[in-house]
Amino acid sequence: MGYVAIADRDHEIEHHDPQTFITKYVWSQDHKVIAIQYAGTAIFVGVIALILSAMMRLQLGFPDQFSFINPENYYQFITMHGMIMVIYLLTALFLGGFGNYLIPLMCGSRDMVFPYMNMLSYWVYLLSVIILLISFFVPGGSTGAGWTLYPPQAIMPGTPGVDWGIILMLASLAVFIVAFTMGGLNYVTTVLQARCRGMTLMRMPLSVWGIFMATILGLLAFPALLVSAIMMLLDKTIMTSFFMPAISSMGVDSGHTGGSPILFQHLFWFFGHPEVYIVALPAFGIVSDLLSTHARKNIFGYRMMVWALIAIGGLSFIVWAHHMYVSGMNPYFGFFFATTTLIIAVPTAIKVYNWVLTLWEGNIHLRVPMLFAIAFIFTFIHGGLTGLFLGNVTIDLPLSDTYFVVAHFHMVMGVSPILVVFGAIYHWWPKITGKMYNETLGKWHFWMTFLGTYSIYLPMHYLGFAGVPRRYFAMGNTEFMPESAQDLNAWITMSALFVAATQVLFFINVIWSLTRGPKADPNPWDATTLEWQTPDTPPKHGNWGHDLPECHRWAYDYSVPGYEDDFIPQNVAADVAPAGRDHGGAH
Amino acid sequence: MSEAVLEPTGTQGVVNDFARDKQVFGVPWGKAMMWIFLLSDTFIFSCFLVGYMSVRLATTDPWPIPSEVFALSFGGEPIPLILIAIMTFILITSSGTMAMAVNMGYRKDRKKTFWLMVATALLGASFVGMQAFEWTKLIVEEGVRPWGNPMGAAQFGSSFFMITGFHGMHVSAGVIYLLIVANRVRNGFYERRGGNYEIVEIAGLYWHFVDLVWVFIFAFFYLW
Repeated sequence: MGYVAIADRDHEIEHHDPQTFITKYVWSQDHKVIAIQYAGTAIFVGVIALILSAMMRLQLGFPDQFSFINPENYYQFITMHGMIMVIYLLTALFLGGFGNYLIPLMCGSRDMVFPYMNMLSYWVYLLSVIILLISFFVPGGSTGAGWTLYPPQAIMPGTPGVDWGIILMLASLAVFIVAFTMGGLNYVTTVLQARCRGMTLMRMPLSVWGIFMATILGLLAFPALLVSAIMMLLDKTIMTSFFMPAISSMGVDSGHTGGSPILFQHLFWFFGHPEVYIVALPAFGIVSDLLSTHARKNIFGYRMMVWALIAIGGLSFIVWAHHMYVSGMNPYFGFFFATTTLIIAVPTAIKVYNWVLTLWEGNIHLRVPMLFAIAFIFTFIHGGLTGLFLGNVTIDLPLSDTYFVVAHFHMVMGVSPILVVFGAIYHWWPKITGKMYNETLGKWHFWMTFLGTYSIYLPMHYLGFAGVPRRYFAMGNTEFMPESAQDLNAWITMSALFVAATQVLFFINVIWSLTRGPKADPNPWDATTLEWQTPDTPPKHGNWGHDLPECHRWAYDYSVPGYEDDFIPQNVAADVAPAGRDHGGAH
Repeated sequence: MSEAVLEPTGTQGVVNDFARDKQVFGVPWGKAMMWIFLLSDTFIFSCFLVGYMSVRLATTDPWPIPSEVFALSFGGEPIPLILIAIMTFILITSSGTMAMAVNMGYRKDRKKTFWLMVATALLGASFVGMQAFEWTKLIVEEGVRPWGNPMGAAQFGSSFFMITGFHGMHVSAGVIYLLIVANRVRNGFYERRGGNYEIVEIAGLYWHFVDLVWVFIFAFFYLW
């Protein structure tokens, strides 16, 4: 191996500190500033998507009471809500936000390997967000094709936003993918090539493992979305027929001929299913660290946790057509994809058992991050169990396109990752800002959010069993549905508005903490991982002061017998403190 | 850390090597990152090609015969795929000059590295030029458009322009990339930074990848 690792050349490299306000906070190449920029932008669009969901719920709960919601708006709200939440909020927040902040700090690096490209990644992401937001204001408004953007309807007359909205949506996605690729290459290369001395792959905290695997999935899955976006843009703008069959709308021939709408579904879900895990794997990783830290106990089965992440990542590429059971595929496809889908339950179940066993007989501190982490186990199990229903072809057929599906994916990839996002923000807030937040306010935020989301989504499962179809603006005279369904819808809407409103508590807490919050301890949770061992809080540019840290143990030396503290940071040498259970293998 | 421990051999040794501290691969960051980018780009081109095959199978109109569409006659009988054969030959040749440039780079022979990279870029540029000629001929003489053509399935034109266009953009970007690096080799930019010429190899990785992709496009679009 001819190349000298960066950790061994640290003192030969000149480190330049940013000098001006602009290079420090605006065009910053510091991974921590970029992370905050990413997270701030993502949360901003997330709030927009939250408001959109409240508008949808108003219509569903109290049909035709609000003059500003008509069927066109409703479909635009659905589409933009889904797209923003999945891509512009969760993907950007977990990878661009937490990935940027945590990878260099947890791996013991000074920054990402290519800081300039990292900066570019954020600004291109911002561009994609701006294009997305512009689409609300163009003639015809944003697209109302549903977040899956299925052709032919996505680009046929009659769909809202067919003139400009869909074009801007596809363009925004393509720009987002460029931004993600620049960032993602950085994250993967940093994890692989720029760790500190002693930081073996099997000593990395699971947060880094989760983000790392998710980024690899992103780099391999987003190409399919890029290709389908390009092809649909061509179908829309210059009348090619990749996805568009010969079709006429209201007696007018569209001029297309011989395309394959199912091809789009395959390409979209080849991206779309790994996307679920792009959102879930960072959440898996982060929640493992939160549980272990706040239970003062090493994570149960670290090695299996890592392999489960890898297995889930690999399997996620061969299950995509379970989103397409009702598309008229060959039944043997359904058999194959149902089998692979159910196999994914095995590594996922390993992870869930390990989380629960980490809590077993732990010294559990029910602080705010821990509450969110434990809540994640609940919501994830619920979302996962309904996944078993939908993964089986015969059960999926009647449930497909009902509120059961809505309830399922909101539980498993809406509520669950968002709970982890909140837990992670509360957990790392003292390190990021140097201030503490208000514990009481945080607990109120948690309980109202957690119970509120159950109040929203549990009744939705029932609606689904009753056959209430999703994506309908209004039910009209459908006699097979009991009238109580409408009462439930009203209840769900009230709960949704309540949960949306309680998020204000979070922002109040943020402002309170920044303005009058007490100064935070550098390591308030007595955590072991490297980001808590920085010389400054918040960490300065370059993270580690003069010397890079050295890693001597795995990330989970909690409550090691015979040692005075109940935690041993990763940078404490082996002759100072006993190694608990080191899976890293010192060499 | 440095006690004499017997390192495991065999599979466990390989695993330990990959999982060891600091870095997984003993290569510069740029090279590792280029490999990862190319992996991602492979997925883009695979999706394009699979998409093309899928629409080709799905369409009900007859597919034009590529060897007839892409034939050129020099006064006599039309020769099938002659232009494509020349383009392919040129691109493969450019891979050869690129490999020589990488070699010269590691020998720190700046002059030869520079000229070999310029030669590679020129070959690449001539490839793009011939592609422009081919596009013009198809559009002007044969009447092929992305939305339809007189010979058969509309997807023929759309797939052709999309895939070769995307590949042509890759080649054009590569030509610019090569010229920038070549110019920096010439003016001593890398000499001032410790005389490290691995960037030539990194640019070469990209170039070979673009050539390799062309081989697949050639096989799946023109020969099928």
